[in-house]
Amino acid sequence: MSDNTQQTKIQVRGLSKVFGNQPKKALELRDQGLKRPEILEKTGQTLGLSNITFDVKEGELLVIMGLSGSGKSTLIRCLNRLIEPTEGDIIIDGENIPKLSDKELLECRRRHFSMVFQHFALFPHRSVQLNAEYGLEIRGIDKAERAQKARAALKQVGLEGWEDAFPSQLSGGMQQRVGLARALANDSTVLLMDEAFSALDPLIRKDMQQELLELQHRMKKTTIFITHDLDEALNIGDRIILLKDGEVVQIGTPEEILTQPADEYVARFIEGVDMSRVLTARHAMRPVRATARIDDGPRTVLHKLSENGLDSIYVTSRERKLVGLIEADVANRAARDGKGSLEGLLSDDFPRVGPDEPLHNLFAMFNEKSFPIAVVDDEQRLLGVVVKGAVLAELAEAGEQ
Amino acid sequence: MAIDIPRIPLGDWIEGGLDFLTSEYSMVTRGISRFTQTGINALNDGLMWMPAWALMALIGLLCWRLSGIRLAIGAVLGLVLIWNLGLWDPMIESLTLVVIATFVAVLIALPLGIFAALSDRFYSMIMPILDFMQTMPAFVYLIPAIPFFGIGSVSAIFATVIFSMPPAIRFTTLGIRQVPKDLVEAADAFGSTRGQKLIKVQLPLSLPTIMAGINQTIMLALSMVVIAAMIGADGLGNEVWKAIQRLRPGDGFEAGIAVVILAMILDRLTQALRNTKKAK
Repeated sequence: MSDNTQQTKIQVRGLSKVFGNQPKKALELRDQGLKRPEILEKTGQTLGLSNITFDVKEGELLVIMGLSGSGKSTLIRCLNRLIEPTEGDIIIDGENIPKLSDKELLECRRRHFSMVFQHFALFPHRSVQLNAEYGLEIRGIDKAERAQKARAALKQVGLEGWEDAFPSQLSGGMQQRVGLARALANDSTVLLMDEAFSALDPLIRKDMQQELLELQHRMKKTTIFITHDLDEALNIGDRIILLKDGEVVQIGTPEEILTQPADEYVARFIEGVDMSRVLTARHAMRPVRATARIDDGPRTVLHKLSENGLDSIYVTSRERKLVGLIEADVANRAARDGKGSLEGLLSDDFPRVGPDEPLHNLFAMFNEKSFPIAVVDDEQRLLGVVVKGAVLAELAEAGEQ
Repeated sequence: MAIDIPRIPLGDWIEGGLDFLTSEYSMVTRGISRFTQTGINALNDGLMWMPAWALMALIGLLCWRLSGIRLAIGAVLGLVLIWNLGLWDPMIESLTLVVIATFVAVLIALPLGIFAALSDRFYSMIMPILDFMQTMPAFVYLIPAIPFFGIGSVSAIFATVIFSMPPAIRFTTLGIRQVPKDLVEAADAFGSTRGQKLIKVQLPLSLPTIMAGINQTIMLALSMVVIAAMIGADGLGNEVWKAIQRLRPGDGFEAGIAVVILAMILDRLTQALRNTKKAK
């Protein structure tokens, strides 16, 4: 977590970027209070970033978060001048990056910035080892030293033994580990991560977030992480900067963003935070189509099952309390054996939750037999059931709103 | 009603320009001519000195290493046929011209192609020139070559270089421009100089495309070397030319088949070279 005693690593002051050939005109209009769409209409210039000011503290993991078009990729590229900023200062260790000459800029990029890219951007003609060595190689570090440093970086990201493989032989997650190792081997002071995990599938992504957190904790490397995913931002960020239309909307810790959203835009954003945490079983449950009663015989149960096209049915007492579940084949056998009651036939092996159980907990409960989940109140009365499809449908609906 | 518009003396201007160049720079062109002739002779003598079976074995081995046993067998059989038809020496002469012309063409084309890839202005300047060079009938290059370099193989090489260079330039430019943008960005982000970016990232990644361009250049060079027989170049073209003049279709076809065999060997060899680069 960040605290105020940390030293400032990078100061960004009044940073703006105009895409187009008349940046002055666009900035004038901006100063008159016009916004991005009006400026585009009047001048044909796109205001990519407008008057961005923030600090990056030594050793923190700062997340810059925004939707596509918010300017987050432009912002991170202005820091190492892959995109030339139009106005403003970016001061790192006393150097003002926009004012550097070409040669000084080269030196600055080598010393201060390593970048990890969304689509990995690994060099396909180089082995994993040589990819990791790239930053050191262009700085003219001698062979033995750079081989050793690259190997250490690869080890840190868990790729020991893969040195001689080529990127095309690796999975997406492993490729991005190489990307990370390439950045770490360089031993620059700041790590820039541009949507680094966005191209990975969700499970790998969670793993990588966790590993980045551990790594960052261990190495205390100043990291600027770009993402469009608020969940990811909340998960890994020490502090979060929210961007919208090229402007800063809010800067704060994850808690601050969640509890004191700066304006409606942020508030709306937070509502969208993984709805499965907000929605509960009550939202997704459906009334029970049919139940069996404890004093029904096996034949009655079979009838109810076939009537409703079910494989299993919940059994309730006279007070509508849930007592168990019976499966079709069990009932069938009992009927054939001429049994008169359900005694001893009920199973207790099914998921049961309260109505306030968050939806995201329900996913894990669907087992291979996929009984519907029983929703019961405090007195074990059966309120309804949740089927797998309903959870997804509810989430999809919530996502659209 | 016809208006009497004077004819634009385009041809006169061009001739005037060429005359000027010939008279003013004949020292230079004669120097180049002598130098190139020496190179041609050396390579020719070298290849001729080698017994036919040794060269066949060498080419066979090369084909086998780069491609496979099938190409090796095919190449050797083709060469044996050429030797059997008594066209070995003309074939060597043609091969020499192709090798030298391709070498010179690639030497000029590579830097031009790289420069065109990196500079948009140079790109828009050179592309129409390349169109011009490629669409101008190949024979036309033969005419000014004579006053510059005299009748013979050097003129042939001059015309061949001009005619065969464009694909090598185009493919080099294309190859470099096709390198994915994020890889170039990655190279920049780590602080590569322009040269480092070129040598470590852009050129290695465009190599297969550049090789395809060189393959095209070789093919064009071979076709031009045959045509260049008209201005006294030696080789298989000369055999064809003689067959035309004496109206002997049999001889013409024999020499033509020898050209086809040579072309196929060169084509498959350079393609194999390209594929091995790609596989890495």
